[in-house]
Amino acid sequence: MDLLEHRGKSLFAGAGLPVLPSRLACSPAQAQAAAGELGLPVVVKAQVKSGGRGKAGGIRLCRAEGEVAAAAADILAMSIRGQAVTGVLVEKAVEIARELYLAISSSRAQRGPLLIFSAEGGVDIEEVARRSPAALVRAPVDPLLGLCDYQVRDVVAAAALDPELAAPDGTPARQALAGVVRALWRLYYDSDATLCEINPLVVTGPGEVVCLDSKVTIDDNALYRHAELKAEAEAGAEDREARARKAGLAFVALDGDIGVLGNGAGLVMSTIDQIAAAGGSAADFCDIGGGARAEVVAAALDVILSAGTVSALLVSIFGGITRCDEVARGLVQVLGQARVDVPVVVRLDGNAAAEGRAVLAEARLPGLTVAAGAAEAVRLAVAGAAAPAGPGARREG
Amino acid sequence: MAILIDERSRVLVQGITGREGGLHAARMRAAGTNLVAGVSPGKGGQTVEGAPVYDAVAPAVAATGADVAVLFVPARFARDALIEAADAGIRLAVCVTEGIPVRDMAEAAAHLTRRGTVLVGPNGPGLITPRRCSAGIMPADVFAPGAVGLVSRSGTLTYEVAGELTQAGLGQSTVVGMGGDPIHGVGFLECLELFEADDETEAVVLIGEIGGDDEERAAEFVREHVSKPVVAFVAGFGAPPGKRMGHAGAIVEGSSGTAAEKKAALEAAGIPVASAPADVVTLLQARLERRRSP
Repeated sequence: MDLLEHRGKSLFAGAGLPVLPSRLACSPAQAQAAAGELGLPVVVKAQVKSGGRGKAGGIRLCRAEGEVAAAAADILAMSIRGQAVTGVLVEKAVEIARELYLAISSSRAQRGPLLIFSAEGGVDIEEVARRSPAALVRAPVDPLLGLCDYQVRDVVAAAALDPELAAPDGTPARQALAGVVRALWRLYYDSDATLCEINPLVVTGPGEVVCLDSKVTIDDNALYRHAELKAEAEAGAEDREARARKAGLAFVALDGDIGVLGNGAGLVMSTIDQIAAAGGSAADFCDIGGGARAEVVAAALDVILSAGTVSALLVSIFGGITRCDEVARGLVQVLGQARVDVPVVVRLDGNAAAEGRAVLAEARLPGLTVAAGAAEAVRLAVAGAAAPAGPGARREG
Repeated sequence: MAILIDERSRVLVQGITGREGGLHAARMRAAGTNLVAGVSPGKGGQTVEGAPVYDAVAPAVAATGADVAVLFVPARFARDALIEAADAGIRLAVCVTEGIPVRDMAEAAAHLTRRGTVLVGPNGPGLITPRRCSAGIMPADVFAPGAVGLVSRSGTLTYEVAGELTQAGLGQSTVVGMGGDPIHGVGFLECLELFEADDETEAVVLIGEIGGDDEERAAEFVREHVSKPVVAFVAGFGAPPGKRMGHAGAIVEGSSGTAAEKKAALEAAGIPVASAPADVVTLLQARLERRRSP
């Protein structure tokens, strides 16, 4: 679960990380009022989960009172990488003296958390690694030991801050940076994050260390330990992928027109690849998992067909533990009731495949074809999608 | 010999009194597994599938000499169950459970490494040495004994490829499903090393998918350390970036972890990559023939 900047920053604030005063606004008027409370200058920032919002024009610095409402109106009308902007964060602007980068992320290669710091923010990390390796820290954190003090000292050394530099309240900048590293680790651990990134982490003109942005991803598998975040995840979930998740399906919408469902992530991915190789294009990735009970198949069909762009459906089942005849009975039950008006191709192999094919043949569902194997199923589905719509295009099983 | 498990393996099932645990304990036994014990806290004293049930792993190990544990415990208890198995001296822990929090898995994996316990999974089907031992949920009927070692990131796709191999008369020494989570136990490298050293294995099949760089590292390893024929299949060419394709670990991040990249790395190391699961058989047959003919 990816958090929006403002939500990540509320977690930051709760964890004692330094963030600037800000307000979330959903209309130009609200943004205007927020700027009035915070005092100018302010920065108005699009709240979207995709990167690249700065380049897309989703971040604006406003120095004059009249600029805020106009900037908010512009940004709220935007769509960034396919995501409509529904809110902006109005944040007090600061004078930036230096930009740093700090992140903790879950690393597959390290099998645990990885602490990454760069004394140069806003630059490609790989480039920093080549050009000035001393400015970079890349330290695996032992999952059982946690962040160690020497690792915090390594970050502070790499930052090479002026030892005399201090905030107006007298806090040395080096001490503030060490505090940020420790607090970020605490937050990462306590909130079951798989990513906590501050880019940029800035040193202001007056010598304060401040988190200017936040990028936080919470582990979906651990949401049960975080009731508040879980409730937010469910409340915000209305799209097809969220509906599929509730039904226990793994679902990803794709751009093509051949609906795909199968049992097993690898099998479905491979089926999508075979469709592309045969000149077709898959409309989705949908893994119904093991067992494949009728209600799960029904939910899958509902999610796949609700897009309205599907012109053929391919069901690919390889029975391991799952018996193909059980899946076939589920399909007959669902397809008999659902109004599926596109050609359906079913491939059954593995455990009880012959029995499964017999069940489908007996049911004589209009528009359904039973393929003899994976390759034929793909060929038939691609041909079915290419054929003109209407009952004449259907094949009888 | 096979790798990791064979007829001498003494298997214990954690969570044996649960629905899944009981069902698969029976299947494992039918597949030739020497099932010696079950563990379910608070259910000690029962018997499931002829195996005595204990409240904890340590007494089960002491009484039965179990060296392999297969875990069918709910995700929120998996960390503790894995640590318990390692502390009891289990040699190989096979975790079928899906949905374990990343933090829990990182901690458990680190602990198992310290104890010297080998991990297979989580979020995978386990492993099987056909007719001799099954530790997990693989459908035994699909497999046949033979000389092909198979290691995979996927479940169903593994059965499909193994089924094709079996039908073509190419049996398997051991088949390992490493699991679909980003943090997992043995992977391509560990299995390749074991298969290379195994007398019974003549060739190896790798089944990869998008996400991470396991396939790239495997390609490098094969180039330097593997003399036996290796062929591969990779799934997920059509996967859009930033989307998890079913498995938690199957995600293209930015432009890294793509199927095309993996295919290129494998081919550069001399490993042919099949364009469909069924083509694994023909590629493998060609490789084996080339090796046998002088």
